[in-house]
Formats: sequence, structure tokens, C-alpha cells
Amino acid sequence: MRITLHVWRQKSVNQPGRMVQYEARDVNPEMSFLEMLDVVNEELTLKGEDPIAFDSDCREGICGMCGFMINGVAHGPRRSTTVCQLHMRKFKDGDVLYLEPWRARAFPVIKDLVVDRSAFDRIIAAGGFISVPAGSAPDGNVILVPKQNADLAMDAAACIGCGACVAACPNASASLFTGAKITHLGVLPQGQPERYQRVERMVAEASRELFGSCTNIGECEAVCPKEIKLEVIARMNRDFIKVSWTKRGKSGNSAAGG
Amino acid sequence: MELNSKLPSGPIEKAWDQAKFDMKLVNPANKRKYDIIVVGSGLAGASASATLGELGYNIKCFCFQDSPRRAHSIAAQGGINAAKNYQNDGDSIFRLFYDTVKGGDFRSREANVYRLAQISVNIIDQCVAQGVPFAREYGGTLANRSFGGAQVSRTFYARGQTGQQLLLGAYQALERQVTAGKVKMFPRAEMLSLVVIDGKARGIVTRDLITGKIESHAADAVVLATGGYGNVYHLSTNARGSNCTAIWRAYKHSAAFANPCFTQIHPTCIPVSGDYQSKLTLMSESLRNDGRIWVPQAKGDKRSPDKIPEAERDYYLERRYPSFGNLVPRDVASRNAKAVCDEERGVGEHGLGVFLDFADAIERLGVHVIRERYGNLFDMYERITGEDPYKVPMRIFPAIHYTMGGLWVDYELMSTIPGLFVTGEANFSDHGANRLGASALMQGLADGYFILPYTIGDYLASMKLEKVRTDHAEFKREEANVAALTTGLLAIKGKRTVSSFHRELGKLMWDYCGMSRNAKGLQFAIGKIRELREEYWKNVDVVGSDKELNQALEHAGRVADFLELAELMCIDALHRNESCGGHFREEYQTPDGEALRDDEHYAYVAAWEFQGLDQPPSLHKEPLNFEYVHPTQRSYK
Repeated sequence: MRITLHVWRQKSVNQPGRMVQYEARDVNPEMSFLEMLDVVNEELTLKGEDPIAFDSDCREGICGMCGFMINGVAHGPRRSTTVCQLHMRKFKDGDVLYLEPWRARAFPVIKDLVVDRSAFDRIIAAGGFISVPAGSAPDGNVILVPKQNADLAMDAAACIGCGACVAACPNASASLFTGAKITHLGVLPQGQPERYQRVERMVAEASRELFGSCTNIGECEAVCPKEIKLEVIARMNRDFIKVSWTKRGKSGNSAAGG
Repeated sequence: MELNSKLPSGPIEKAWDQAKFDMKLVNPANKRKYDIIVVGSGLAGASASATLGELGYNIKCFCFQDSPRRAHSIAAQGGINAAKNYQNDGDSIFRLFYDTVKGGDFRSREANVYRLAQISVNIIDQCVAQGVPFAREYGGTLANRSFGGAQVSRTFYARGQTGQQLLLGAYQALERQVTAGKVKMFPRAEMLSLVVIDGKARGIVTRDLITGKIESHAADAVVLATGGYGNVYHLSTNARGSNCTAIWRAYKHSAAFANPCFTQIHPTCIPVSGDYQSKLTLMSESLRNDGRIWVPQAKGDKRSPDKIPEAERDYYLERRYPSFGNLVPRDVASRNAKAVCDEERGVGEHGLGVFLDFADAIERLGVHVIRERYGNLFDMYERITGEDPYKVPMRIFPAIHYTMGGLWVDYELMSTIPGLFVTGEANFSDHGANRLGASALMQGLADGYFILPYTIGDYLASMKLEKVRTDHAEFKREEANVAALTTGLLAIKGKRTVSSFHRELGKLMWDYCGMSRNAKGLQFAIGKIRELREEYWKNVDVVGSDKELNQALEHAGRVADFLELAELMCIDALHRNESCGGHFREEYQTPDGEALRDDEHYAYVAAWEFQGLDQPPSLHKEPLNFEYVHPTQRSYK
């Protein structure tokens, strides 16, 4: 297979970028998309050119480090699949592909296809946790969790923090990401004491990071490699409205929630 | 070098409690006067950072990824063991201890393993309280399953993503401490050197992976939680970035490296499809419960599997091990797969694979049962290979996925360098020569949540540590060394890419220091590794500069270290004239081809001390004593 690539090349955060064309020859359909880029990079290296920078680590779809746009779609054409798990057999000989980094104000481009997603960490740091120092936990079976809630929590907790939802959203909203964590912790009994304080702080942080608002378009759900449902945004909104109207949790005292 | 393991005396059930009581405590008001560096943010690193931060210490935590949540603990699928005995099926702390010592083929410390089994129950409590969404029964209690051939159901799990959920729990606890101001996170930073002052670990030198800036960080203690070194084989189930650099550079500062040749090979991974292959993906070994493993009887038979009649197939595990069949332990299944491929009976384009066939199970149970049991695994297989395992047999092959060896640590998790602690897969751990399934997560969290917070306090309270600053001459010297190494790699401008060296090294290691080893092969490999290393420093080509994000440069530094570590692994494998756990020496096997341990001569931890690259390392032996679990020979016939 032969694939023509147009790749966003940008030296660093402060320099302008541009699309550059590369030809990937002898592409084996069994390759993963990132392996195809590895081969392109080896060729560039041997020609003395700077290889294309892109993030990846586990390459089995769970760490969330990889991700870029292929022809305008986050993680490319296969649903529920990170770009590291996308294989070249999904493409045809002669295909022309445009690769671009996630585009969002909150995700500045570091180099080529690599972006800075540290804003996600700051959203979690704002409240995406349950405060429980090591050693202070009761026996695991003291806290009974209905299976239905455990399953719902797990569905939301499957988020890998890749940022595809933000990249796909016309508003660059982080609502699917934020809502997923709020849902995960909010449907569990352990998460109740800090429930309202959590939503208040995380939503405020997302807005401070310059992520946009959610207007229920649903692009995020369509590209999410872990199939996180829009429902998590509704749950986040419900809790957020509740806390906004009742001012619960405003005191910053964790006992005020719940 | 003296190896003082500081093993507690007295009855094993009380040893850890007594040890904790004997440890000195740091006054709560004084904890904030201590700075601790934690390198790595996986289960071991994130749990340690969160817990030590909570206690009041000032933590700096470093990871090379863009976020601490990416660490490779996240990829663990199966589960985490704990001796809760919630299933009332006869489990106990002693049984988990017993299984782990035996599973490790009698090459681990009894006291460490007992402590691990004890702490396992606290880990589950802690994770549940953090909101880890473990699988539940309808009544709301925690669900368990049996895993890796264990006779009790003691494995807790969160679908097939247990590692992810445990890591996110630790990561969230870590981020909470970031907000509290007790942990400062340094993502996209790689530790490139350890700084030792007056014989104690006092800091590290890092490279900022975005700006290329070389920076020094001083502290009162340093914790390495940097994972395993499976990527020395190039292809493994490890993440692309997983590397040995932190522990290797500590080794070169005279931290002893223990049992480097103890590596674990997982039998059910998706085979290599071509030279471009960047990693191998593990398929849960639960597949062997219903799948039948076979290869054609004839050499080089390239017919498609449905064209090979029953009489011309060799179900070699069922044939050789009638009582265990396809469920023989990981190491046995792996070695047999290699053997049939060596006989040129392997399947797939490159002949490096065996069939795992579900046709019989589908006929017996119906396709819906198989879909219910393994649906997600079949989907994953289909996504990667493009083949439908409901219709054609899966192709599988063994791959490296865990390293039991690592930096030597005492009972308090401190290396031979005072003030340098090593946790998780990075230390030589509690798994002996072979790790049992669902035990890696347990160990990482035990170290970080429940052991290190005590032992590091004891160290700090016992030491008179003068404050050091990063303008100290030792920091300046290490910074210069690191800068020289980096610019050195860029200056070579040779003709081969870093990846081509990594691939060649990986193949050497896989062929001669992989599933089975022999003296001749290991000697050959040592010679070849030295040649390759020499060529590397003359002929590697790294483009770009050191003042920017340069992924090839990062890789180049890691491969330089793998090229050195590989030699030590072969030296260790060559010296250990026995077969045990994951270390199979062809010269030492029973008449029916099983591993033959030599307890009389090799019941010890082999701790190697660096003497310079052109000198052989010196060997220190820590004898192992078994008071509670008596060594036996394994048999699966």
C-alpha cells in the first residue's frame, strides 16, 4: 500500500506550523497506524530530517497518551478505537490522510502532533478524588455498592483522558471528561461526602482552563475510544445545578456536601 | 559491599508489626522539613507520593509521560490478589504467602512475602474507599475470581482494566496532594542520573523533555519506582517508553542489581507480524481454559488451519502433559511453544506462532457462551489481527512481560546506597524467580501505601542529614556527565537509527537469554552485545538537537542503557547453573524436560556490583532460608 500523508509540523509552541506532505511507501496492511508512522520516521531520520513527533506509550489503547486527528476525526475512522489500535488494513492503497494535533486553546501544541494536556490533570486535582488517607479505610465489604452503581461507575471510570472529546467538540469543551469523573465518584457511596464540592470545583477549574461550554452536540461521544456516554454530562449538570441553587459545599467544608 | 537484608527475627506472623514498632518516627511537625524525590508515577510511585505527601513530607514526583496517569501499571488486566477469604473457600494470609513463595520457585525471601500477603487485605480496603469500581455481586459485596491456576478465589478485579482503575485511584490521591501543595509533579521529565553525596542518595539530575534543560533536584531521600526492564528485548508487552535508565544509572552509582536474569514470559500474546512491530499485546491467559493449543505435525505445513485434518495436528501440550494439558503454568506453556516453532512447525507468516483453537469449545458450549466469556478479548484480537477468532483459530506466541529482577533492596526497601529506596517492579521484589498472576499490582501498592511510609521515616529519623543544595559540586559533576552523554549521542551522526540497534539487541536477547538459555548461547550473546554496544557509540544516528522535544534522543539514551544491562543479564543467567522459575537453563533439566533447581548451590539472591564497564561485575550472595515453606519440585505431568 502507498499512503500520502499531510502532517502538521510545528517546531515548538511559539512557532507557526504548516502541513508537510510525506509518502508512506510499502505500507503493510498489518501495521498499526503508529507503526506506519514509526517507519516513516526511520526513513526521515536516515535522510537527516527531523522525525514527526507524536505521543504514544502503551500502544494497547489504555494509557491515553496517543491521539491526533486523521482527516478531521479524532483517533481516525474506526469507532471506539484509539489511534494506536487502528490498523492500516482500515485504509486503501492511494489514500490521502491529513494528520493534525488536537486543536483547543486549553491544549497548546508542544511540537507537531504533541499537545499539552496538563489541564486535565488540574481538573482532577481540583476535586476528582475521594479524600481518604492510607490506613484510614474500613473493611472493603463494609461499604456495600449495588452492582448497578458499580457498573455505572466503571463505565464512566473507563475514561483514559486522551482528550479526543475536547478535540472533537466545536466548543473545545471538556464536559465529557469532567462529567465522567464526576459520575464515577458521584454514583458510589464513598463519593457522597464530597459530591457537591467536587462538581463545583471541577467545573470551575475546567472553565478557568479555557475549555468551552457544552452545547449538547455529541461529537465527544462519537469519538470517545472508551464509549463514555453523554449521560455523564447530564449527571454533572444536575449536580452542578443543584449545588449552584442550594450553595451546598460553598463553605469548602467537605462535610457540607452529601 | 555488605548485603544487610535487615530481615526480622522471631515468628513470621509478628515480624512486620514488630519491625514497625522498632522503627523510629518523625515528629509530625518535622516531616515538613524533609524533601523526598519519587521517580515514576505508576502504582508504586503514585501511591508512595500520595501517602508521603499526606503524612506531611515535601514530595517531588517525576514521570517521563505527559501525565502521571499514563504509567504502565495502567495496562494490567487481570486483577489484584488479597487474602480476604471473602469467598469462605479456605484462603488465608498464610496460604497466599505459601502460594507466592512456591510460585516464585523458592527464590524469594519468606519474610518479605509474608508481609506482602498481610498487607494485601489493607490494599483492597484502601482502594475501595478511594472509589475504585471493583466488580460487585448483586448484594453489593465485592466479587472475586480464581486466577492463574490458584485454587482459591482471591482475585479482585475491575472488568479487564484492574490496573487502570487502581492506578487512577492512586493518581487521584496524588493529584489531591498536588492541590494540597505537598506534591509537586514534574511530568515529561526523565531522570538521567543519581546524585550521591557522602555515600547517601541526595538527589537526581533530570532532563526536561520539552525544553531539553538539564536540572538538578536535591532531597533527603530518593525513591525509584520506575518499573521493569522488559524492553531490553525490544518487543515486550511493556509500554514503548518503559525503560531501565533510572535503575541502571543507580546501579552504576553502586546500587546492587539483583537477579537480573529473572524475567517472565507470558504464553498468550499476539504474535509478531513484521519488522515494523513496535510492541506485543497480551491476551488474558484465561483463554487457555477453553482453547486448545496445536501446531501441524509436519514441518513447514503452510495450509490454512481448516485444511489440516485432525490426524495431522499435534496438540502438543495435551500430549506431553496429560493431566494439566493446556493449563500448564506460564513458563511451561511458553517453552513448549518455542520448541515446536524451533522444529519449524510454527504457524503464521513468520512461523512464530501456535494455534489457540476454540472450534471444539464453540461446538460443545455454543458460540454465545464463548462470546460471553471472552467477547472483549476476541474483539481485541480481531482489531489487531483482522482475523475473526470465532471462525479461525487464534495465533499466539509468548512474549516478555515482567521482570522479577531489579535493584537489590533490604526488608525496608532500601538499596545498597543509603537513602535510595526502590519500590514496585523496579526492585528485585518479592516474586523470586517467577511472579504469580495478579501479584504485581499487589506489590506495587503494598510498597507505596503501607511499607515505604514507615521505612523512609525510620531512615530520616535515624540519620543526621545536612541540607544539600543543587550548587554542590556533585550535582554540577552529574549535570556535566548527563550533558556530555546527551551531546555525545547527537554528535555521532552515524548511519543506523536507534530503533535498528534496539531491534538487533532485542533479537539477541530473545534468542539467547529468553525462554531457554544455555552456556554457549549466553557466552556468544555477551560477545555480540559488546560488539553491538561498540558499534552503537560509533554508528548511531540521532537527528535534531538537545534543546527541544526530541523523542529519538530520549530513545537513544534508553537504548544505550539497555545495551549495558543486557550484558549483565547474560552474565547472571550464565552464572546461575540451575533452572528455576522463568530462568530455564537447557543443561539443567529433569529427564522429562522440566526445570531442575539446585537448592544446594543456588538458593541465594545474586546481587551484582558495578565495577566499571570494562570490568566484570562482582557477585554478592544473600542466602535464602526456608523455615515455613519447604522447597519442592514442581510437576504437571
